[in-house]
Amino acid sequence: MDGSEHQSAIVVRQLEKRFGSQTVLNGIDLTIGKGETVAVLGRSGTGKSVLLKLLVGLQKPDSGSIQIHGQEITALPPEELNELRSRIGFLFQEAALYDSLTLEENVAFPLKHHKNHKQAHQARARELLAVVGMEKDLDKMPSQISGGMKKRVGLARALALEPDIVLFDEPTAGLDPITAGEIEELILELQKERQMSSVVVTHDLHGARVVADRLALIHEGNILIEGTFDDLKGSSHPFVTQFLREGV
Amino acid sequence: MAHDTYPVRASGDTTPAVPNRAVAALVSFFEWFGELGLFCFQAGRAAMTPPYEWRELVRQMDQVGSKSAVLVSVAGAAIGVVLSLETRASLSRFGAESSLPAVIVVSIIRESGPIITGLIVSGRVAAGNGAALGSMKVTDQLDAMEVSGVSPYRYLVAPRILACVLMLPLLTLACDFSGIVMGWVVNTLGDPISFRLFLDTGFKHMRFNDFLPPTFKTMAFGFIIGAVSCFLGMTVQRGTEGVGRAATNAVVLSSLLIILADVVLVRLILVFFP
Repeated sequence: MDGSEHQSAIVVRQLEKRFGSQTVLNGIDLTIGKGETVAVLGRSGTGKSVLLKLLVGLQKPDSGSIQIHGQEITALPPEELNELRSRIGFLFQEAALYDSLTLEENVAFPLKHHKNHKQAHQARARELLAVVGMEKDLDKMPSQISGGMKKRVGLARALALEPDIVLFDEPTAGLDPITAGEIEELILELQKERQMSSVVVTHDLHGARVVADRLALIHEGNILIEGTFDDLKGSSHPFVTQFLREGV
Repeated sequence: MAHDTYPVRASGDTTPAVPNRAVAALVSFFEWFGELGLFCFQAGRAAMTPPYEWRELVRQMDQVGSKSAVLVSVAGAAIGVVLSLETRASLSRFGAESSLPAVIVVSIIRESGPIITGLIVSGRVAAGNGAALGSMKVTDQLDAMEVSGVSPYRYLVAPRILACVLMLPLLTLACDFSGIVMGWVVNTLGDPISFRLFLDTGFKHMRFNDFLPPTFKTMAFGFIIGAVSCFLGMTVQRGTEGVGRAATNAVVLSSLLIILADVVLVRLILVFFP
């Protein structure tokens, strides 16, 4: 491990994932520095969400290495993996709010189940809901709010355990441009405030440019190109040019 | 045996299709039970190691117990009525109407009460568990729980299985009680006797071995209902269509397994509690 990897929040090396005979990820290499935001772009079904699930241990890779804060997670026992997960927030594509709990209970859920956060979990949940502008809807059920509001509450829940890494799975998918812009602003504000490392999986090129320091484009199971938006723009690869043209 | 006696799958493919399909079905049958066994092991480990989810357990006991009590009691009452009507007609042919209370009490407590309770709870709770966990699975709620560092086995599965195991014997008592009461009511319409006398006559030859093993065998039914329904819910595939299938399969499979388990348990009870 070199010095730069030691400073990294996430280091992925030669990551492979197959489902049956279909290879979804075919030797991915990716490094995310501390406090850095990387947007992972690509067409639908190219394994972007799978990559996020691998990063948080929801799925096991077929081969390769994933290090979070220098700790190899692919071989961690469940207890240690759970401990590590308390340092990672995850915003799901459809927010994945628990539909039998109120919004306040949803945000309080991780706090109630972690010994370091049990105290005053209700006050903390309210505080987090206020941060995302949902303080007036504490007692509502997830079925009573819109998609954009669900994402806000999902974001509050992802931040509940004060993670230093947050993974966003399509944070603006299915939202109108104004609500999507609000969510992007919220993510930017939180990143500035909390200095978190983030991975944003999206196929929304505009949103990726707004929130990310660096972009990585997945194509055919691998990262085709990685860099700033200008680096991508300078590429002559036909897929990159087509993706940028259609995306913009 | 020549290969060409078997139907082949496609032109050019001379692999025997039927035996392969049969082997594949057999393998997937054993795989399914293997996965269920592994699932039960994980749920058992989650149930036995702290932290314990007491609040969720109480909530599930309420869901399984108090919300099934009326249904189970009504089913028990219906069994009591039918048994009383049918048995009276049969016994009167032999002039043995005086045995009616004993026949009703023994048949309800030893067999009808436990199996009816198992099947009724299977219909209500297994469908609910299969659908609830299935929809949580397809909407990523189970993943969200795991990412929060909370094991779905500990929070969702173990309390549901334990609640079924603990509540089934109590629900069986409710079923037995309402069956016996309604058996007495119908019996009294034809041959008026006091409830006290009905009970005295009915329980005269009953021993603890007639009462305790059949009542407690329903804990095994509870385990089947909880484990099968949670397993099918948590392994849902193919979106909302899969959720519906999980709910249906949870009821069908747990009912079938309850009946099969009853056959084994009745035999074991007869051997160990003669």
